[in-house]
Amino acid sequence: MPEGIKDKVCIVGMGCTKFGENWDKSDADMMVDAAYEAYEDAGIEPKDVQAAWLGTCWGMTATMLSVALKMQYKPITRVENACATGAEALRNACYAVASGAYDVALAIGYEKLKDQGISGLGGTAITTGVASAMTAPGAFAMLATKYFARYGLSPSEGKRMIAEIPVKNHRHGSLNPKAHYQRQITVEQVLNAPMIAWPLGILDACGVSDGAAAAIVVRAEDAKKFRPDPVYIKALQICVGPAEGQMSQVYDYTHLEETYRAGQMAYEEAGIKNPRQEISMAEVHDCFSITEAVIMEDLQFSPRGRVKEDIEAGTFNLDGELPVQPDGGLKCFGHPIGASGLRMMYEMYLQLQGRAGPRQIKNPQLGLTHNLGGFPHLSVISCNIAGL
Amino acid sequence: MIGIKSYGAYVPLHRLDRSEFFRAWGGIFGMSIPGEKAVANFDEDSVTMAVEAAIDCINGTDINEVDGLFFATTTSPYKDRLCSGIIAMVLDMRRDVRTMDVTGSLRAGTTAIVSAIDAIKAGTAANIMVTAADTILAAPAGDFEQAFGDGSAALLLGSDNVIASVEGSYSVTDEFAGMWRTSDDTFVRSWEDRMILDKGYSSIMPEVISGLMNKYGLTTKDFTKMVCDSPLDVRRHARLARELGFDESQVQDPMFMTVGNTGCALAMMMLVAALEEAKVGDKILFASYGNGADAFVLEVTPEIDKLGYRRGMKNHLASKKSLRNYETYLRWRRLVAIERALRPELGPTTIAGQWRDRKLILGLWGKKCQACGTPQIIQGATLGMGTPTRVCINCQAKDQFEGYRFSDKKAKIFTFTQDHLADTLDPPAVITTVDFEGGGRAIFDMTDRDPDEVSVEMPVEMTFRKLYYDAPRGIHNYFWKTRPVRC
Repeated sequence: MPEGIKDKVCIVGMGCTKFGENWDKSDADMMVDAAYEAYEDAGIEPKDVQAAWLGTCWGMTATMLSVALKMQYKPITRVENACATGAEALRNACYAVASGAYDVALAIGYEKLKDQGISGLGGTAITTGVASAMTAPGAFAMLATKYFARYGLSPSEGKRMIAEIPVKNHRHGSLNPKAHYQRQITVEQVLNAPMIAWPLGILDACGVSDGAAAAIVVRAEDAKKFRPDPVYIKALQICVGPAEGQMSQVYDYTHLEETYRAGQMAYEEAGIKNPRQEISMAEVHDCFSITEAVIMEDLQFSPRGRVKEDIEAGTFNLDGELPVQPDGGLKCFGHPIGASGLRMMYEMYLQLQGRAGPRQIKNPQLGLTHNLGGFPHLSVISCNIAGL
Repeated sequence: MIGIKSYGAYVPLHRLDRSEFFRAWGGIFGMSIPGEKAVANFDEDSVTMAVEAAIDCINGTDINEVDGLFFATTTSPYKDRLCSGIIAMVLDMRRDVRTMDVTGSLRAGTTAIVSAIDAIKAGTAANIMVTAADTILAAPAGDFEQAFGDGSAALLLGSDNVIASVEGSYSVTDEFAGMWRTSDDTFVRSWEDRMILDKGYSSIMPEVISGLMNKYGLTTKDFTKMVCDSPLDVRRHARLARELGFDESQVQDPMFMTVGNTGCALAMMMLVAALEEAKVGDKILFASYGNGADAFVLEVTPEIDKLGYRRGMKNHLASKKSLRNYETYLRWRRLVAIERALRPELGPTTIAGQWRDRKLILGLWGKKCQACGTPQIIQGATLGMGTPTRVCINCQAKDQFEGYRFSDKKAKIFTFTQDHLADTLDPPAVITTVDFEGGGRAIFDMTDRDPDEVSVEMPVEMTFRKLYYDAPRGIHNYFWKTRPVRC
């Protein structure tokens, strides 16, 4: 039984750019903005950073970071785990300082999606020519189709249930000046939006954005030298599926086994017995409205098949029992792939320090971040927990 | 006794009413040509249609007993690549199978049959399958465009258990071509119609048929059916029968009203239709025209009653769906440039990867774990690559697999979507996650479907299609899709 990472590492500084269609910013601009905000927040100089982990889905080597920041011959590692990339950068930086190999490490993630001139996330890999025409919305739409069928929801009942999710996330995001979208939307707008992959409409999908986010991590015993209110890492977990969902009839297509297991591992590492009671708030991977719904069940915030009751009760609203996506989530804050995991932690960090302004949640103790890289049938899930 | 042991045929699901051409272009002398034509889906070509007919034909025969595969087409997707080799791989034929692509003439189908008969007669092969398919294009707004249709047929030839014996044959070769395409042409070329018909079809077909009857001492009255393909002007087909002295009841319908002219596949498709109705002892005159002509005398044997269910012509003809409009036809045949979806471009096709995965891609072969019995396949629908299954998804046993073919298994839709963002010539792309009878799950694109009729639990079958053409590398990427059970 491993000891785990709980309370060994702290975040003492964070930075995050405005997410969105940052036409006037290059990837290097955004890395500089996020990193220097984190340096300032931690009260350190660039030279104090002893090692760095860079998360991004495209490109090659860590020179993208070293050149942008003109880092002076430092050890830097580039990591990639699809939408869990940013969380993966944080995880590796934390392990490095926990081991004693370094005292101060930088974790940074970014993506410059809007330079591609297409909708969606992009990506071109060598193929044997058997690729389905399916898009990411198509893959997650199949989750909705099956969820509705299994739990006896008509398509209109199902769509109405999940439509509340983007409405909530826009409400939260509209309070956030760094969010990609700044406006609120209505259930009717979500229901009447053009269909992108039945039964999901365009407003069921998250934003595709540019952005970067960064964190400075140190060992817990050093943390108070940097600031009085460091945020303690309680759990860092990654769960990678074997494609059972794609290959085996065992998979029910109404949950994500990887999310369930990542949550279980994180709760164990953090010593959490009752997630719904103990977790104060969460930022989860709402790439599509249906995704957030099933994540609530996989993380045991809601019983299986009954997330509808919690959605209707407002449980996950900013003023609810367990606020989810206080910063607007992927839906409204946006989703530059490699940055998202760190962006989520940025919101948890601000909330735990009481710095979240009009979005501030009352007295939060533990915050959870969740990223989903891949598809319902095959994914990489990160589940990180931080607290005071 | 050498002859036909089995037959199969294929007609694409979609039909386009000829009034749609009239709507788009107006008609000759203000008249619409009657009937409808069969239109291959955007993901079909001569190779995929040949596969359909071959699978229909092979039903009930051990593929290992087939020594050769001859593929006839004038619309090969490749100038230089053996398509019969692709089809043989799809059908799991033996490594030492004899393959040949026959092309260059509208009688390529019967040319292949003549060669197959010769090989069987010589004793170098016991059984040979001949499959013919065509998707000939004529330039928009002309009569030819309305006359051509798409389809395929397959015949298994051998020397035992034949359902129809080949009693004799006669061929002539003539340099005269009424229709041609250069290696760079997309559309067929022709000449003033009276001349090409008078000196072509209407002279050469009577010559070969008379020659055949003289050679074997037969008259028109000896035949139950006259199965001859037709030129694009179908009236010349009726005139041929009349002038030779055949009664209307003897004439096999050239399918102008239902399918259209399917090029080098037409004669064989008509023969399949004739065999579906044939009685023991029937004599059939079978002939095909193109730069000369081939003619055969066939006699139906009692074995015909033992042939099992075939989709053939009758069932495929009855199973149809109207193509929405002529614009859809232009789009499917890539005759108009279409605004592309702003989606990520597909990556480069890897020939090395395709070669490693050839059984998976062409035969839809997965694996079955010998330790726990779980059938499994991973075709990388979302990865874009096959991943070799070395470790069992269920019990994690390593390298304890036997081959397991999924293409012939029935399946049911577990979940699905209509993907409106996907880059496809037939939006929305219907994507299905299916569970196979007997085990195994995979994700496939769905074709020949009405998006509004797709539902969870719907039964589906697998069909071999062309996913897309990798233009920068000149590779036609074939794979399997799901479709509603056809017929």
